[in-house]
Amino acid sequence: MKNKLANDQKNKNQHEQLPFEIAYAQLEQIIMTLETEEKTLEETIELFERGESLLHHCIDLLNQAELRIKQLTGDGISDFEFNENK
Amino acid sequence: MNNLPFILTQYWTVSELNRYLHDLFEDDLTLQDIWVQGEVSNLSQPSSGHLYFTLKDSSSALKCVMWRNTVMKQTFLPREGQAIEIHGSVGIYEAGGQYQLYSDLIRAVGEGALYQEFLRRKGLLEAEGLFNLERKRRIPKFVKQIGVITSPTGAAFRDIINTINRRFPLVEVILAPTVVQGEEAPSQIIDALLRLNQNISPDVIIIARGGGSIEDLWAFNDEGLARAIVSSASPVISGIGHETDFTIADFVSDIRAPTPTAAAEIATPNFADLLINLSDYRIRLERTTQTFLDKKQWQFNQYQHRLSLRSPLHRIQSNQQKVDETYRRIILVMEHYFDIQRARTNGLEQKIASLNPQSILKRGYAIITHLDNRLVSSVHHVQVGDELNVNVQDGEFSVRTLPSRSN
Repeated sequence: MKNKLANDQKNKNQHEQLPFEIAYAQLEQIIMTLETEEKTLEETIELFERGESLLHHCIDLLNQAELRIKQLTGDGISDFEFNENK
Repeated sequence: MNNLPFILTQYWTVSELNRYLHDLFEDDLTLQDIWVQGEVSNLSQPSSGHLYFTLKDSSSALKCVMWRNTVMKQTFLPREGQAIEIHGSVGIYEAGGQYQLYSDLIRAVGEGALYQEFLRRKGLLEAEGLFNLERKRRIPKFVKQIGVITSPTGAAFRDIINTINRRFPLVEVILAPTVVQGEEAPSQIIDALLRLNQNISPDVIIIARGGGSIEDLWAFNDEGLARAIVSSASPVISGIGHETDFTIADFVSDIRAPTPTAAAEIATPNFADLLINLSDYRIRLERTTQTFLDKKQWQFNQYQHRLSLRSPLHRIQSNQQKVDETYRRIILVMEHYFDIQRARTNGLEQKIASLNPQSILKRGYAIITHLDNRLVSSVHHVQVGDELNVNVQDGEFSVRTLPSRSN
């Protein structure tokens, strides 16, 4: 049981690193696999848990996302701020 | 000669003639869709809002009118003496008996020339195959970096940022600021495109500008820019002007969006749609897993049942049952046996009872014995004067023998 919790934590941490498009694509793949392939009980549970985790990761990413704006000029990249006086 | 037929002359009314001419003009396709060039004179706009003027060249004049609601839609209005090009239809003003040009579009001379140049370049580049659909690239489904080439102060950039922020704020926008009109614009835009490709290589590049006249948008008809867009490594979405504005950049870009906002929409998936997809994925994830588990549970139950049928325990139970059954039958048999024995014993008891001497005493017989219990069953057993015991059913008493009366 302790092991399992540690694994979950590890999986979760792994997902936290994943960019949205990869997490989303993996989630789609897992659902496809579950819907079309015959898997063992263990594999199924594992896929389900990974899918759940990816799902929450995707939703979190969407809800927490904040648009980043940068500026590229001849001098290089810098942060961009709207000039509110404009 | 007098037999010549009498011909009745047909007279037209003025109205009839003007109506006839009106219809004649209206049926002429050339007159209904015509461009005329000339110089503006006698320009007047009374309180009605309609615009009246005369278009002249060195030797001739044409009366022109533009109705108020059309005037309001013009981005360009002529001044006295200006050389203009107008589009419209020629018709008869019946009340005044005048023909005039009903104008729906006015532009300064030169715009038409620009448009001709636009068509020429478009034809050239199209012939080169730069507009071919097969060389156009797809925009990735989920972009991470969006390069935007536009003016940092324009409404177009704000529209793009607001749209991306609303639809898919998971991205990074890299603005490559440029001027978007004037002589400098084409080279600046080309530079921005090269810089983005070299330093960032974003998933997609948006080239955008708000609406304006054909001169305002002219930078986007630059041939060099067209070639730069074609050779851009990142796919390019153009969002230039309004829905009705077309530039060369629109034709060579991978996707032409009608406006800057639309360009941002094409570049990004929609937040709300994604959430709907994700909730659909959740349902499918849970349903397939549940179905799988139900199936396994059912299978397990089946196996458990079949296994238990083959279990030694089951055989033991079965044997146990046999033993129990046998035992029950033995018990039955034995009970039956005992019943028979009991009945027999009862019969013997009665027989024995009936043989009991006591039962004879009940019928009035007596048993006579000597005092030493020797049974007296014959006259030879006794002497006169013997004391004898007489047993009757309820007791005994003593008697003494007397001599026989017959002796």
